[in-house]
Amino acid sequence: MLSVSALHCERDERVLFTNLDFAIAPGEVWQVQGQNGSGKTTLLRILCGLNHDYSGDIFWQGEPVQRVSEEFRAGVFYLGHSPAINKALTPLQNLRWFCAVTGFSDDAAIEAALAAQGLRGYEDVPCRNLSAGQQRRVSLARLNLSPASLWILDEPFTALDRHAVAALEKQVAAKARAGGSVLLTTHHQLQLDWELKRIDLDALAGRRELRA
Amino acid sequence: MSRQTLGVWGSLRATFGRELLILWRSPGDIVNPLMFFVIAVSLFPLGGDADPTYLSGIAAGVVWVTALLAVMLSMESLFRSDYEDGSLEQLLLSPQPLYFHLLAKVAGHWLMTGLPLVILSPLLAMMLALPDEAYTPLIIGLLVGTPTLNLIGAIGMALTVGLARSGLLLAVLVLPLSIPVLVFGTGMVQAALAGLPYTGLVALLGALLVLALSLAPLAIGAALRISVN
Amino acid sequence: MWQWLYKLGSPRHFYEMTTSFLPWLKGVTYFLLIVGLVWGLGFAPPDYQMGDNYRIIYIHVPTALGAMWIYVMMAVMAAMHMIWNIKVADMVAKSSALVGAGFCAVALFTGAVWGRPTWGVYWIWDAKLTSFLILFFVYIGVIALRSAFDSETSGSKAASVLTLVGVVNLPIIYYAAVWWNTLHQPPSELSLSSQGANPPEIWIPAFFTGFGLIGLVFVFVIMRTRNEILWRERRAQWVQDLVKQEAGRA
Repeated sequence: MLSVSALHCERDERVLFTNLDFAIAPGEVWQVQGQNGSGKTTLLRILCGLNHDYSGDIFWQGEPVQRVSEEFRAGVFYLGHSPAINKALTPLQNLRWFCAVTGFSDDAAIEAALAAQGLRGYEDVPCRNLSAGQQRRVSLARLNLSPASLWILDEPFTALDRHAVAALEKQVAAKARAGGSVLLTTHHQLQLDWELKRIDLDALAGRRELRA
Repeated sequence: MSRQTLGVWGSLRATFGRELLILWRSPGDIVNPLMFFVIAVSLFPLGGDADPTYLSGIAAGVVWVTALLAVMLSMESLFRSDYEDGSLEQLLLSPQPLYFHLLAKVAGHWLMTGLPLVILSPLLAMMLALPDEAYTPLIIGLLVGTPTLNLIGAIGMALTVGLARSGLLLAVLVLPLSIPVLVFGTGMVQAALAGLPYTGLVALLGALLVLALSLAPLAIGAALRISVN
Repeated sequence: MWQWLYKLGSPRHFYEMTTSFLPWLKGVTYFLLIVGLVWGLGFAPPDYQMGDNYRIIYIHVPTALGAMWIYVMMAVMAAMHMIWNIKVADMVAKSSALVGAGFCAVALFTGAVWGRPTWGVYWIWDAKLTSFLILFFVYIGVIALRSAFDSETSGSKAASVLTLVGVVNLPIIYYAAVWWNTLHQPPSELSLSSQGANPPEIWIPAFFTGFGLIGLVFVFVIMRTRNEILWRERRAQWVQDLVKQEAGRA
């Protein structure tokens, strides 16, 4: 699905990772591990196409991403630190716009997604009146809506209660079971009933120091 | 199933509508530039001279310059909240054509912030004793010119949205680039006052608008990609 | 040719090529400038209309033309940086911005100094002066934008975008200034660049200072770019070797 070869990135004169190779196949869940500042977020942003300060190649379905950028963008969903939710708008309005820029309109699915996140009855409340956890769940409702085959999730478990964490873990496993792929970072101890592959940025950095 | 595929047009309408809705829900972003416009214009008689002959001479220039500054102040609401809440990333990552979405966004923004300035301008011109024959060229000029100012301002805003304190820098970047619009816009009024035709200048302002419509979204898009990096 | 250009795109090669080239360029530049200035200021005959005042054109006209062409060069570099991601192009653009702003400031200053005896005032809103003032603002904007970013790469890309926006806008600004000027006042009788009718004794020194100042642009830009290269490549082995070598010599 997504593969990278010889990925190299340095920031502020520090090499975050170099010679990074991996390939994400359909049905796989990958976790990027590393300490704070090891470049997890940077790696995720490079992979989804927000950050261009890297060298090396990224392939989508075997083609360089630059060549298939439209298919690539349609196939990837990125969840960043910020929720991509406008506080002046209601959850329904926010998700309608998300669906529109993704390329479809489906109010029934939006309502179902909000209900699945436990937000039934909050569809028309401006997001600024929701709690931080609720806003986070509005943001996560996009997972139910996105048709993308690869999810790139940066710290998706932040600000979630125990129930929501468990639900999200189930959702991640379900995505993989259905043939999708997930790449995520988290400090939380994952309880997935699915095989988890790992990219350890600290170990990569350690290997580099040993070699040098 | 109720899922409908949206074409480019449908999704552009959504971006346009979202921009209107966001501004509608945060009235301060609409009203504050207007208030600035009114207050700044009323400073000129107070700081200069309230004599109508003096005022009518500077009226068109004052209205245009303060409208230009008011447009710059209104730009903050175009990308700031989208940048901070991550919606901008979502837009950049969407498979939709960014160029048209940026146009839709700026168009929505102009409709909510630029058009009110144009509508208010005759009132302020009247307070500055602008002669009767100058109203039509003033309004036409602002109507054609402010969208260009919005587009240029959007480039500046897109370049500086990632910076913590961007207000002054925005002015330094954008005001020099706005000068042609200002020159031709005030030129229209002066031509009318001198009894000359001004249709050629409308065409020039129109040409600037077409140029801005075709090139500015490219610059805005490139700038946004740098800013979210 | 392409091979040569390609090599110039690598910071190390740019540095090494200019190391051998720069002394010659400096020599020719200083020679042209000294000859032009001594001749122009000391020996060229006074103008029948303006007396000795015209002599400032030996600086004013080349710096003004330089200020414009440096912007064009900067825009070409910015485009190369944006399209092919050539780092040296960005470093040249960065160096050019300050040199261009400096030339623009000198052109404005000398224009004002010339204006005092000619027009009776230091500043008039003449089309040329006005458009150079705006060009100066645009240079300042590019420099300010670049320095506002913490990240070197973001700053240089943002500056490139603004430079390219400016290069589309500047001809329009110039045209607007000329048009605006004709609306407000008749074009000035005495234009600084209308030297065509003057005898060769007057304009030949202008060639010397003109080419000398063009040389000076390249000297400044290359020297600043070399500094920039050393700074950005300071962790590279070849720069560290160079530093050791220099330290050994001292």
